[in-house]
Amino acid sequence: MATRWFGAPVQRTEDPRLLRGKGMFVDDIELPEMLHAAVLRSPHARARILAIDTSAARELPGVYAVYTAADLGDLLEPSPLLVPHQALTQPRTQLPLASQEVRYVGEAVALVVADSRYSAEDALDLIEVEYEPLPVVHNLEVAAAPDAPLVHEGVPDNVAAHLVQVVGEPDSIFADAPHVLKEQFYVERGAAMPMEGRGIVARWEAQSGALTCWISTQGPIPIRNGLAAMFHLPEHKVQVIAPDVGGGFGTKIMLFYPEEILVPFAAIYLGKPVKWIEDRRENFVSSNQERGQYHEVEYAFDDQGVLLAVRDTFWHDTGAYTPYGIIVPIITTCSLPGPYRLKHYASEFTVLYTNKVPVSPYRGAGRPHAVFVMERIMDAIARELHLDRLEVRSRNFIQPDEFPWDVGLVYQDGGPTKYDSGSYQEGLDKLKVLLNYEKFPQMQQEARKQGRYLGLGVGYYVEGTAIGPYEGAHIRVESDGRVFASTGVTTQGQAHYTTFAQIVADQLGVKPEDVLITTGDSQAFYWGMGTYASRAATVAGSAMHLAAVKVREKAKQVAADLFEAAPEDIELADGKVFVRDAPHRALTLGQLAISANPLRYSYGENARKLMSMHFAGPRPGPALPQERGGPGLEATEFYSPPHASFASGVHGAIVEVDATTGMVSFVKYAVVHDCGRVINPLVVEGQVHGGVAQGIGGAFYERLVYNEDGQIINASFMDYLIPTAAEIPAIVVDHVETPSPLNPLGMKGAGEAGVIPVPALFASAVDDALSPFGLRIREMPLHPRRLYELLQEARSKQ
Amino acid sequence: MQEETTPSFTDSCTISVTVNGQLYQRDVPVRLLLSDFLRHELHLTGTHVGCEHGVCGCCTVLLNGEPVRSCLMLAVQADEMPLTTIEGLAGTNSELHPIQQAFREKHGLQCGFCTPGIIMSVHAMLHENPDPTEEEIRHGLSGNLCRCTGYQHIVEAVQLAAERLREPHLEVD
Repeated sequence: MATRWFGAPVQRTEDPRLLRGKGMFVDDIELPEMLHAAVLRSPHARARILAIDTSAARELPGVYAVYTAADLGDLLEPSPLLVPHQALTQPRTQLPLASQEVRYVGEAVALVVADSRYSAEDALDLIEVEYEPLPVVHNLEVAAAPDAPLVHEGVPDNVAAHLVQVVGEPDSIFADAPHVLKEQFYVERGAAMPMEGRGIVARWEAQSGALTCWISTQGPIPIRNGLAAMFHLPEHKVQVIAPDVGGGFGTKIMLFYPEEILVPFAAIYLGKPVKWIEDRRENFVSSNQERGQYHEVEYAFDDQGVLLAVRDTFWHDTGAYTPYGIIVPIITTCSLPGPYRLKHYASEFTVLYTNKVPVSPYRGAGRPHAVFVMERIMDAIARELHLDRLEVRSRNFIQPDEFPWDVGLVYQDGGPTKYDSGSYQEGLDKLKVLLNYEKFPQMQQEARKQGRYLGLGVGYYVEGTAIGPYEGAHIRVESDGRVFASTGVTTQGQAHYTTFAQIVADQLGVKPEDVLITTGDSQAFYWGMGTYASRAATVAGSAMHLAAVKVREKAKQVAADLFEAAPEDIELADGKVFVRDAPHRALTLGQLAISANPLRYSYGENARKLMSMHFAGPRPGPALPQERGGPGLEATEFYSPPHASFASGVHGAIVEVDATTGMVSFVKYAVVHDCGRVINPLVVEGQVHGGVAQGIGGAFYERLVYNEDGQIINASFMDYLIPTAAEIPAIVVDHVETPSPLNPLGMKGAGEAGVIPVPALFASAVDDALSPFGLRIREMPLHPRRLYELLQEARSKQ
Repeated sequence: MQEETTPSFTDSCTISVTVNGQLYQRDVPVRLLLSDFLRHELHLTGTHVGCEHGVCGCCTVLLNGEPVRSCLMLAVQADEMPLTTIEGLAGTNSELHPIQQAFREKHGLQCGFCTPGIIMSVHAMLHENPDPTEEEIRHGLSGNLCRCTGYQHIVEAVQLAAERLREPHLEVD
């Protein structure tokens, strides 16, 4: 094979369009006669709806319709529960429009459709809703209190789910352990905040009975399936397209958001296209959030710093509904052991309803919390035994010859939590070099002499990625030689148009720019799930590989017949197909595609050239022999992983804490990352950098603050601080590559990785910087004022 | 009680704006945001709207050569003024502007939603300071949020673009 594209830093094929402002995001879609929707949202975290008067709104010029729950007919039913689980005994999902009660600030109450967004928002002001406010559950503490108000009538104690998983015999280990410590950890909510909010355009074509929706989503195919069922349409008459999507980070894998039902509903009943675009304020109160957990953890270790057992009991804030089941806390349970040989582990969690925005996965999805807990434990063991923090980790690592390593837990997909490969000490050794670890104590001491507080922190994680059930790919070579490939996953910045093209190009001997990828269009590829759980590149990428291999085999067969050679002697390279050692007599891939399709009519330059080459006349028998499996150079393949593949990584940073203001700045940030075989290092580094920035946000800047009334009091970018380029440090990235044995290309997922260990690392670094004060961080995210308070508390105890 | 109706959406005003060198004359509602005017009246959808309160910088355009948030301005306020949007940065031929080219080479964008606003800000930044330090670049970018890249490749792209634009045959126009 002449060139191998897999592994090369190929520039992205999607860029020229996006750089020129020629992308097509949902709000860029303009259709004739299109109407605009706006949503009336609950101002109360919990209230009974006594009456809704929409008459004034309906009379406003430009308004076409005002819908409330009473107008929805059959559609007024709770959204489907996406991931049922036996431990989720009290699932509750949301109605498209609240009917009798609202359960969080932002819950949709009415939809206005008008000739412009401006008129639609005017009309929202004219809708009169009479509410009877009810007592509010605004946090886990209130939710768990014995006399707590109930978020859902009929859900005792606000408990949605309760799950216990036990590995080994933790009870007996605890009984005999030389050291046992007990601590509490708290992680507050944050939010994905993609730069593009959610949005949908729906068009109904009455003549053909076809519904087309463009949605800023990570899962168009499941939405297609659901809309078809809800509106009693054949699936193939519903097309759902995720066009360019301006970031997702998990929040857009949630379905169904109410607007995804309401806007198609309005389009069908009004007979005109309807657009709804979420504004930022709405995004704060109506797009799902994550993180909120409280952990009580007990851990046992020996004199050498070897962790013997962990007993973790935690409470998970699911908000007002459980649309996504209990995926997030299950991932927390399964991520806690990390890279360590933990053989005795009891995990128990309780999922509690609160009157807050519902929870579904946000990049990291339960993992940052788990890693925070485990890495805090590692630091505590080191401190307790006066050992080096990294040495303690080394003493606990699973060794390279111990894979596959079965953690003993059931993972989020129902499969085993079984690590496929890894090389954890290698990662830590590389990190030490990047951080100049041996020199740090001296640097720290010198700084302290000047009254400056430097600290070094680390965070190690193992991340289940690339879960099933499956993805597929379809590849077709067209007569001009270009290769068209499609898959059911979506793209919201991950460079799939480029990375999938690299995979296909390697098999077909073409350049990546000659492979045109379509993602996120239910009509281009019918089957699949979507892009979430760090799975698209590995699962859909493997399907692309398998389909490309199949096309390659077919190309060889067709060429062998034409050249009267053996298929194994046929080569594909530089866009050409030829018999090995006879490259002078070559067909282009396009010419081969034409000859693979025995038509009476063919067109274009390639067809003319092919005709002039006078290959052997038609063979006896049918023009399209059965064994060809159909015309053209085309194939569809699916890939279903046996179980998740487990990526890993370690981050380290040196920070400086200003002890008089509580401000923290980064001096250095380093990452060693292992996602198996890397398709495109530029892309993986970009994913890691972006994750780190989100992690830094989630550790020090971004915290959603709900007050006692369940109002988010910092619901704007003025108050919820997304880090800018000025806050994010330069990030050094190095790689370890332990290929996954589970898929043909040895890949593991990379999308969420960067965010996962940052809170753990940040706490570790701040502790280290402020060790003269005996500080121990047990909560996330921090912010300067909170850190200052903690420092004052520590000082007063000294 | 019937409320007073809000100002009529039909109150409009005629404006003339030169966008990317082309003169447009339009009747627009007085309350129409400049960002909505560009996107939905002129169909220049490269200017994106990410927060509608002037923080994220996705909607940054050049007004009289200065970067402004088009979501914080009314279209009527741009009357008689020249505007440049992302669509006007590269020439009509196939070549990207050096800033756009540098973003491509350094992988300075992922989802691409914040990118047009960032490129317009960088255009203004490099015009003012053709040889910025890394710190100056990071400070200069701090009016634009990016949720995908962690900024590192953006910083590298700005450094590359600055270097190329300092070469004598190229200029920030």
